[in-house]
Order: sequence, then C-alpha cells, then structure tokens
Amino acid sequence: MHLLEAKNVHGGYGGMNILNGLDLAINADEIGVIVGPNGAGKSTLLKAIFGLLRVTEGSIELRGELITNADPGELVLKKMAFVPQEKNIFPSLTVQENLEMGAYSRQDNYQHILEQVYHFFPPLADKRSQPAGELSGGQRQMVAMGRALMIEPSLILLDEPTAGLSPLYMADIFERIVTINAAGVGVLMVEQHAKQALKIAHKGFVLVAGQNRFTDTGMNLINNPEVAKAFLGG
Amino acid sequence: MNTQWLTKEFGLCMALAVSILLLMVFMGSAYGIRVLVEASCYAIIALGLTIQWGYAGLFNAGIMGFVAIGGFSAMLLTFPVNQGFWSSDQASDLGQAFLKLLGAVVIVWAVVQLRRLSVPRSIRLPLLLITLAVAYLWVVNGFAPVTQAIVSQHGFIGGFGMPVWVGWLVGGILAGTVAYFIGHICLGLRSDYLAIATLGVAEIIKAFLKNSEWLTRGTLTVSPLPWPVPSAGEVGFITARALYLSVTAVLIAIIFYLLHAAYKGPWGRMMRAIRDNELSSAAMGKDVNQRRLEVFILGCILMGIGGAGLATFNGIFDPNGYLPLHHTFLIWVMVILGGPGNNLGTLFGAVFVYVIWIMSEPVALFILNTVSYFGNLWFAWEAPSDFASRALQARVFSIGLIITLVLRYAPKGLFPEKVQQYS
Amino acid sequence: MNEFVFFINNVLISGVVIGSIYALGAVGITLIFSILRFAHFAHADLMTLGAFFAFFLTALFPAIGPALGLPTAFVMLPLAMGLTALTAVYLDKAFYKPLRAQGVKPIVLVMASLGVTLMLQGLIRMFMGTSSRNLYIDDRKGIHRIDVPFELANRPIVITDPQILLILFLVVAVIALHLFLTRSKLGKAMRAMSDNPDLARVSGINTQKVVTVTWIIAGSLAAAAGTLLSLDVSLKPDLSFMLLLPIFAAAIVGGVGHPYGALAGGFVIGFAETLSVFNWAVLLRPFRDQLWFDLPANLAFVPTEYKITVPFFILLAILVWRPTGLFKGKVL
Ligand SMILES: Nc1ncnc2c1ncn2[C@@H]1O[C@H](COP(=O)(O)OP(=O)(O)OP(=O)(O)O)[C@@H](O)[C@H]1O
Ligand SMILES: [Mg+2]
Repeated sequence: MHLLEAKNVHGGYGGMNILNGLDLAINADEIGVIVGPNGAGKSTLLKAIFGLLRVTEGSIELRGELITNADPGELVLKKMAFVPQEKNIFPSLTVQENLEMGAYSRQDNYQHILEQVYHFFPPLADKRSQPAGELSGGQRQMVAMGRALMIEPSLILLDEPTAGLSPLYMADIFERIVTINAAGVGVLMVEQHAKQALKIAHKGFVLVAGQNRFTDTGMNLINNPEVAKAFLGG
Repeated sequence: MNTQWLTKEFGLCMALAVSILLLMVFMGSAYGIRVLVEASCYAIIALGLTIQWGYAGLFNAGIMGFVAIGGFSAMLLTFPVNQGFWSSDQASDLGQAFLKLLGAVVIVWAVVQLRRLSVPRSIRLPLLLITLAVAYLWVVNGFAPVTQAIVSQHGFIGGFGMPVWVGWLVGGILAGTVAYFIGHICLGLRSDYLAIATLGVAEIIKAFLKNSEWLTRGTLTVSPLPWPVPSAGEVGFITARALYLSVTAVLIAIIFYLLHAAYKGPWGRMMRAIRDNELSSAAMGKDVNQRRLEVFILGCILMGIGGAGLATFNGIFDPNGYLPLHHTFLIWVMVILGGPGNNLGTLFGAVFVYVIWIMSEPVALFILNTVSYFGNLWFAWEAPSDFASRALQARVFSIGLIITLVLRYAPKGLFPEKVQQYS
Repeated sequence: MNEFVFFINNVLISGVVIGSIYALGAVGITLIFSILRFAHFAHADLMTLGAFFAFFLTALFPAIGPALGLPTAFVMLPLAMGLTALTAVYLDKAFYKPLRAQGVKPIVLVMASLGVTLMLQGLIRMFMGTSSRNLYIDDRKGIHRIDVPFELANRPIVITDPQILLILFLVVAVIALHLFLTRSKLGKAMRAMSDNPDLARVSGINTQKVVTVTWIIAGSLAAAAGTLLSLDVSLKPDLSFMLLLPIFAAAIVGGVGHPYGALAGGFVIGFAETLSVFNWAVLLRPFRDQLWFDLPANLAFVPTEYKITVPFFILLAILVWRPTGLFKGKVL
C-alpha cells in the first residue's frame, strides 16, 4: 500500500481546469519530487492533495484511506503537513508562536518537539522571540518547515522549500529533508532546482500542463536525455 | 437570444403593470400617477447606482447625500429671487464673507506652495496647520454675523429664479463634483473605504443643509418649488402629474439609451473587465482607477438629477426628509433586486420596490388598526399611542431582510445581467 | 482658574470618556476585520442593542444595583454582554457565514452587514419606539464634584459614576485582551488567522472557533460601550448613527487589524471631537485685555451641530496621507 496515491486528479480554480488527470504515488519512506515548467500546476496539485482546492474528478488516498476533498484540519490530524510555496509563515507572530501554531491540533505536551525543531534548525533557537516577519528568507523557510514538523507528520508536502535561497543554503535544506525522510517521514516536494532535487528523490514526476509527462525514479529521470534536455537545462 | 429569460422578464413586467393598475383603481389615478412620477425619479437615481455597483463594483453608501445635493440645487436655482435680501446690506456683506473665504483659500494655497521654495517640512507643516486654523476661524467668524442677520431679517437668501432644467443640471454637476473629491481619495483603496466615506459624506451634506438656515431655511423648509410643466393649480392634478411624468420618462429614455450604448461599447466592456477581474485589466495597462472615477462621478450625477427631479415634484425642499441610511438602502434594494448591471432590471426594480414601499404604509396601518380594534374589543387591550409609527419601522426591517436574502439567494437579482462573452 | 477647570471638564474628561467608547467599538471593528476581512457596519447597532439588553435587565431587576451600591445597569452588564455576544454569533451564522461559504467578495459582506444594520434598527425602534430613556430606573446617577485647591477656582471638577466605571472597565478590558492575545492558545490562533488565514487552515487551526470567539469579544465589548455610554448620557435608538462614523474612523486611524491601534484611534477621535467643539474663547478670556483683537464670544473650531464632520475629516486626512493608519495596519 502506498503512503499517498493520487489517481486521475482533475481540478482547478473556479471553472478553469488546471489539473487534467494526474497520477502520483509514493511510499512511506520515500522522497517524491515534482518538477515541471512554471504554471504546470505543481502548486495546484499540492493544494488539491491538501484539500485547499476542489478536486472535481479522480481520487486521493492516504494509506489506502480516501481523502479526496478532505478538510485540511482533518488531514493535519492524520499527520499530514503542508508547507506552501509562499506566505508560509505568520509574519507578526514570533518564531516560537509560529511553531506553536503548527502544534495547534495537539492536545498533549509538545515541549520536546519544540526543542527538537530548535535543535534541527539552530538559527531559529536564537530568534525564538523575534517576529518571524523579521527573519531572512532562508530562516523563514526554516520556520515554515519547523511549523509543519510540529505535528510529527508521517507525510510532509513541501512546495519549493529552496525558492530564493543561495546554493549553500539550498544544499543545507536538501540535507535536512533527507534527514527528515530518514527519520521515517514521507516527503512530497515541488522543486525548481530539479537536478539537485531529483538526486535525493526516490520518485520523480515531471508535470506539464496539468498532466504527467514522465514518472520514474529520480536517478532515471536525471539520466533520461529527453528529460535532461527539456526540463533540467541540458 | 435566450427565450426562457424573455418570458420570465415579460411575466414580471406584466405583474408589475397589473399591480400599478390595481394601485390606480384603488387609490385613484392622481395618486397612482404621483407614485409613478416618484418611482421614475427613484429610477434615475437607481440607474446611477446600477452603473456604479453593477458596472464597476463600487459601493456607494451615501446615495441620499447626492440626492440631497440635487434637491438643494433644484431649490436654490429655481426658487424665486428674494428681492428683500438682494436689495439689503446683507447682500454685500455676504459677498464680503465670500471674499474672505476666497482670501483664506489663496493664503492656504500660498502656504502649501512653500514647498516649491524648498522650505523644510518641519516648518511647513506647523505653519500650514496654524494658517488653516486661523484662516478657518477668520472665515467662520466672517460668515456668522452675516448669516445670522440674513436669517433674522429675510429668512434666507432665496433662490435664483432660473428655469427648472438649469436647477436639475446644476444638481447633477454639484453631485458629480462632490463625487470627484470623494472618489479621488477613496477609489485607489479597498472598496470598504468608499462605503465608509460616502456614508460620512451623506451625513455631512445633510448636517450642512439642515444647519445652514441662511441658505436652505433649515427645518423651516422651502416651498413651493416651481415646476417644469404647468402646475396642478393651472391644469388639474392628473394632467399636471401626467405631464411631469412624461418629462421624467423622456429623461429616463435618454439616459437609458446612452447607458445602453455605452454598456455595449468598448467603454462598458472595459468596465466589466475591470469589475470582474481587476488584476488582469491592471496588467493590461488600463488605468483602472481613472475608469472607476469616471463611473463613480457619472453615477452620482444621475443621482443628483434624480434628486432634483424628486424635490421639484414634491414642491418642497426639506433637508430633514433625507434619511441617509434608510433611503439609501431603498435604492440599494431596487438595484440588487432588479439585477445590478442590468438597466432594464434596475428600472423594473425601482418601480416595483417603490410601489411596495408606498403601499406598505396603508397596508400596515390597515392591519394595525384592525389588530388594535379587535385587540381592544376582545381583550380590552390598549395599543400604545405611537404604535402606528413604531410598526412602520417594520419597513426598515424588511428592507434589511430583503437585502440579506437577495444577496444570499439571488445575488444576480430578478433580471440577471446578460453577460456577453468577452475575452 | 475657573476657565481651566472648565477645560478639564469639557475637554479632558469628555475626551477620555468618549474616546473610551470609541475605542471599545473600534477594537471590535478591527478584530472582525482582521479575522473576517470585511467592514462590519452593523457594529454600532450591536452597541445600541447591548444597551437595550442592559435596559431590559435593569427594568426587570431594578433593586439589585442599590443593594450593591453600583448602578443596576452596570451590575447587569455581564449579562447584557453575554446576550449581545450570543446575538453577534447568531447573526454571523444566519447572515454572514452562508455568504462566506459561497466565497463572495468582501464588499458583499459589507452590504449584508448594512442589511443587518437596517434589521436591527427596525427591530429596536419597533419594540422600543424612538424616545430616549434613562438607564437609571430605581437608582440615581452618582456625580462627584472634586474641589480644586486653588484660590481662584470655585468651580469643581465633575465626574460621574458611569464615567469612572467606564474608564475602569476599559483598563481591565485592555489588559484582559492583551493577555488573551499574547498568552492563550486561542488568542495566538486569532493573531495567526489575522496574519495569514490560509496558513492558519493549513496548520489545523480551528478557524470556525476563532471566528466565534471574535464575535464574542467584539459583541461583548460593543455591549459594554453602548451600555456605559447610555448610562452616562441616555439611551436612544439612534445612538448608532452617532457612533458609526467615529468608530470606523478610529479603527482606520489606528490601522485596521491592529487592536492597540484601534484603542489609540478611539482616543484620537474622541479628543479631536472635544477639542474642536470646545470654545477656546473661554480659555482666552482672562487675557482679554492683552489681546490685540476683540475676543469673539464663541471661538470653537466646529459648531456642535457639525461634530459629525470631525471624524469624517480625520478619516479623509488619514486616507490621503497614511492609508495604513498610525500603527501600520492593513489597508482595508
Ligand atoms: N489562485 C488562483 N486562481 C486562479 N488561477 C490560479 C491561481 N493560482 C494559480 N493559478 C493558475 O494555475 C496555473 C498553475 O499554477 P501553479 O501555481 O500550480 O503553477 P506551478 O506549477 O506551481 O508554477 P511555479 O513553478 O511558477 O510555482 C497557472 O496558470 C496559474 O495562472
Ligand atoms: Mg508553484
């Protein structure tokens, strides 16, 4: 059984269809990477999976359980977390409060997770009582991921976690994603830095115009000359 | 052509015609025509709103203010000249007060222009504020004795004795001018701001008209205002009102034609593009705010004209008769019920809602009297003395209820805007 | 010195009192805006409604106040606040929530709130008539005259019971609100939702609960403001007309979505009103002989009947120069 499986997903904004029958599946210990040109519908797909957008046709399953058009609040309780592409922090809340909001659905004591997140993203520990809006782009990305980790997710959806980061920071973030995954968290992420991302991916999906163009392991996609030429910049 | 809608529209219009006919039969044709004339004036006002809201999505919560300006202008320009005032000293005193006002404006303007002499802001701002305060007090204290003398000796300055159409035209222009200033400030911001600002401007216009006794006689009201057609005294109620109705009908026809042409033309297409999808039209390089300002002014001009027509027909200018919140939303109900952006629907809505509004008073009173009569008879129940006036508040409640219900269940109104495909 | 006492009574005390009322209303407007993103026009009517609830309760149990040594309406305030909060929650359920669910533009919600305004006004007038009423039924308003320890002053500073209670209430309410927003989970969630509603959903925050709490807070503050104002002056159905513009001006001046800004905005508007209707000739009178011009009898910036223009022009000035408000709120 797959951790996450989407079959023939259709959906869009208003009457406009952006997703035209997408398929996708990852296993519990895998990193899945979605790449594709701007406007292909990558972010739209993640939103559709997370119930932020109406899926008009097709199905989405989490561990075999149907979650098509589920409420995001419900998905959070099912240990699924989502880090949107933009506006992924609460700017006027402090770093600590941002993380606490990630744990909103928890009724138990989550102090140890908080410390784990600070341990995992050391720069945040020093800034815990600073408004998140005053952080640098990379630090904000850490806050966003930290917020998502507060529920100890079993599946995390990341939309371009390295957007706008320097190459050094980017490598750093990828490393952390691998660490998260190694701890048993399934990862599905959208990335523009396709080559580097596919390197750490178990599964890769190339999306064009709301449809699958290529689906394979990360390495196979990198080595596929057709993909390399059209989507990985040669 | 979609025939299904045609039948529905046709049916609704027939129903309206029948109810007007019933109104005429039961209340007399003079009364019926009166209702129709008033409805036609409201229709002009409602057309002004339908282009603001329906074409451009602008929320005008101060309609009554613009209507009051129209009424004021109709009064000031057409009411007979007050010879007593113009031949007295107060006329020149008033002139001097206005000269003071002009002087104050020039001085303030000059202080503002100090910017050009690169005087630092830290000096300019306090200087401007002090100048404003002093100039303001100077002007106010210049007007106060004159206006008091005018009120005590002549009542008010009287009108200008001009033809009625001039009064109506100026009413539209004045309303448009106020709209320009409000729109200029608020249209760049989110639409809620326009709602708040127009609400405020309506209150202020009313406060001004009510308290400037030298100009409007305030609560004493001004009447009779001259008519553009022979008055009831000359040709009888029915003929006079019918003539008046034909004037407003022609006016509506002209406005209707012009709006229709504009709506179908590139201008109307652009307006709707802006309304429906602001971002993309901004991206298309159209100056969105300029277009909206045009629509806002145009709508307010129509409101001013409608207000002038209404005041002239009633023959009386009574600033207290303008109830900003209630009358404004009567117009709103007309527009959203009829179908915003659909001129024919608006026309229908205006007449339909006005007839209901008018009829609800006698009907409510009848019901109330019956209730209190039988209440008295059977339970020896004594109705409170202001029972009737209280119960009329049910109308205000109903307007509110209709607004919320229409928004929820028929957001496009009874006559939905027929959107032509444009891409 | 009498002139100075006059100034204290008419500007300082009046300004603080009316400023507190505006602040309580504006905080509600700003909270509703930051959570639901529309200008809630029916807010002034919630204030009036709250005062009427207090009036009913006072009429039902007129003897409670004298027994406790407080105005009865004030003793009844918590109940009136609760009823108003409940009304606000149900108004939202009946009229705003269905529209939100349809995903309408915010301006449609503004219009719906105007519809609600008309309904509330119609109902209040239908049941209560249009006359003005006194919220003191079995008790009397306590008025304190504080003598000024100066030779030349023989007039006292005057402050009433409801004014003192209002100021105390405001202080307590602000501290409580501050603690709620910064310390409690729900309060933080409220700030989070105001910051970024989509992310709040994504984080699993119970947005419906936050909305309900927002209405409860806004409704109870509105009821308190309406009751305390009516206690000090009198209860009239058209209270809301006088309040609507000032509380919106206060919210915008303070920066929309900014509760502390709304507080400041309330006082800015309150003092602007009292300062502009104050007759400055009174203060200048002692120096009448030194002045180079004849002192007019009335030297107020704004005649009392034009008081409504003050918040409006402040509003316009803010929109022109600083649409985000003094405290950098969101642009509406
Ligand atoms: N909120 C929205 N409303 C309407 N259309 C939208 C919205 N968001 C995105 N779209 C449209 O959906 C399409 C796909 O957008 P999406 O954000 O999914 O692209 P993407 O693959 O994530 O691109 P990028 O790499 O630039 O992030 C685009 O054509 C876009 O115009
Ligand atoms: Mg994207």
